[in-house]
Amino acid sequence: MENPASAPSVAAPRPFEIPTSSVLKAPTPRTLIDVTHLDFNYGPKQALFDINLKLDEKRVTAFIGPSGCGKSTLLRCFNRMNDLIDGTRIARGSIQINGIDIYRPDVDPIELRKRVGMVFQKSNPFPKSIYENITYGLRIQGINTKSRLDEVVEKSLRGAALWDEVKDRLHESGLGLSGGQQQRLCIARAIAVEPQIILMDEPCSALDPIATAKVEELIHALKREYTIIIVTHSMQQAARVSDKTAFFYIGKLIEYADTRTIFMNPSNPQTEAYVSGRFG
Amino acid sequence: MANTATNPFAVKPSLARTWEKANFWIFRLAAYFILACGLAIIGNIAIKGSRTVFQSTAPFINTTFLTQAPETLYVFEYNGVKRHLGNGEFRVFQEQEIAKAKAAGQPPPQFKNLETFVYSAGGIFPCIVGTLLLVVGSMTIALTLGVSSAIYLSEYAKPGRIVRLIRLAILNLAGVPSIVFGLFGYGMFVVFFGWNVSILAGWFTLAFMVLPVVITASEEALRAVPKGFREGSLALGATKWQTIRKSVLPYALPGILTSSILGIARVAGETAPIMFTAAYVMLDKLPWQAGGFNDFFFQGVMALPYHIYVVSSKIPQNEYTERVQYGTAFVFLLLVAGIAAASILLRNRLRRLYKW
Repeated sequence: MENPASAPSVAAPRPFEIPTSSVLKAPTPRTLIDVTHLDFNYGPKQALFDINLKLDEKRVTAFIGPSGCGKSTLLRCFNRMNDLIDGTRIARGSIQINGIDIYRPDVDPIELRKRVGMVFQKSNPFPKSIYENITYGLRIQGINTKSRLDEVVEKSLRGAALWDEVKDRLHESGLGLSGGQQQRLCIARAIAVEPQIILMDEPCSALDPIATAKVEELIHALKREYTIIIVTHSMQQAARVSDKTAFFYIGKLIEYADTRTIFMNPSNPQTEAYVSGRFG
Repeated sequence: MANTATNPFAVKPSLARTWEKANFWIFRLAAYFILACGLAIIGNIAIKGSRTVFQSTAPFINTTFLTQAPETLYVFEYNGVKRHLGNGEFRVFQEQEIAKAKAAGQPPPQFKNLETFVYSAGGIFPCIVGTLLLVVGSMTIALTLGVSSAIYLSEYAKPGRIVRLIRLAILNLAGVPSIVFGLFGYGMFVVFFGWNVSILAGWFTLAFMVLPVVITASEEALRAVPKGFREGSLALGATKWQTIRKSVLPYALPGILTSSILGIARVAGETAPIMFTAAYVMLDKLPWQAGGFNDFFFQGVMALPYHIYVVSSKIPQNEYTERVQYGTAFVFLLLVAGIAAASILLRNRLRRLYKW
């Protein structure tokens, strides 16, 4: 890609910064999610074609690509949320988390979702109090002792950088918060059950820039403890937030590498065209 | 436009505008006509009925009418004064006067022009009790069955032949005439199950009659709850039932209760289903006076709409029966309004509690 002839076709200098922290991570990351030869169908229509991907533990991986390329579909496969839609199936291949194929018949999706949490594009706090939102995940597991619940509420809200803003109004409705706060509430709710992996499906697309910045800051802090996979439409966000990036196009994985490489030195011409804004 | 004389947007009379105005008035008059009919019916019953239910002396409500069983009315002339007495009172009066006449050594008194009118004295208390019992029981059954079916159909069932069959069955149920429900109830509950004419048979017959309305409205209410609540709950590792119980059903309850209000009005007012399955023309005892706990469910009851029917068509008509008819109809309207008001209060409370 260092061909000087292609350099003038990149019109303006890329306005985002590449974090260097990913380079300084010392230990070699372990593979947590292993996707092999995955084909996925919505009824008769195939949405994912032969996906092969290894996602690292305690890293942030971004899925980028134009609309309809299958990144949200793949994300929702990781916690089997696609099972809720009729007619979906894995036609070929497997997804292994910690070495276990999650579509095996003896895997309970309920148990899986306790370990693989999800934050949705449109924040969906329950119309209950902030306290009840956070403790929801624990109550359904039968944990009801007040002291434990209080402890978890504080820990999760601190973890989501929301504690100082809401500590005086824990019993007010979650719907009374601003958009950015609601999304952070959803993140706090997800981390309250202490998952291993957090899936984020375009978490900032409905938020203003300041709220977006807060959530991205949060993701930086969270990746010390959780493995995060984030689907995003914004390449700049992927560049700011992720360690590795996967580029998808019409159901196929085009390229998967360190974020730095994808944005500065992509090996596939389609990747190059997408990240330089020539389509999308 | 500064100069109004050259206003290009001015109103220009045309055929379209005339039709617009004409149709507006046609639609408006249609709506007002319906309002007028409603007011006429309810007003008629209220005015004539309140002559029976309310009285001009304290305590301003005719408590006899509301708290006693129906009795035969005796109208007679005695000592030149026309008297109206109920069955029980008449016998007492008769004995008193005979005793007085005996004591005074006079011949037994003559009651001139003695006429009797059945069901025109006393009150309608057993009917009120019967209707209340029927409404409460059948709505409980209908809501339990209906909401369960609605939850299954909208949350659990996969689209397919069986679901289509179930929906077809519900639609068919909605179209069955109420008299046919009465016959079905008679054949199934009274004869085949051997329950005889009883509260239990009435409950189930009325519940089946109102089931389609409850199921349809409950499904709508469940579907109105945003999908985000379900997804958020499931993503935290909840089972489907936990999700429904905590994040869907509470927010659908106000809609379900609205449907039950319509159901209550229907259940309270239908005569045909209860004619063969639960209602008696005249009963001496109230259901709980008949025996033990188990016997309670197998007693028949009197009911307000059936009483109106009996008083209006099974016995000769006169001013006294008219009084009873309208009084009963008015009490019936008040009863249904009361239950509906209670339902509305409960629904508003739930709306505030589960605001979303």
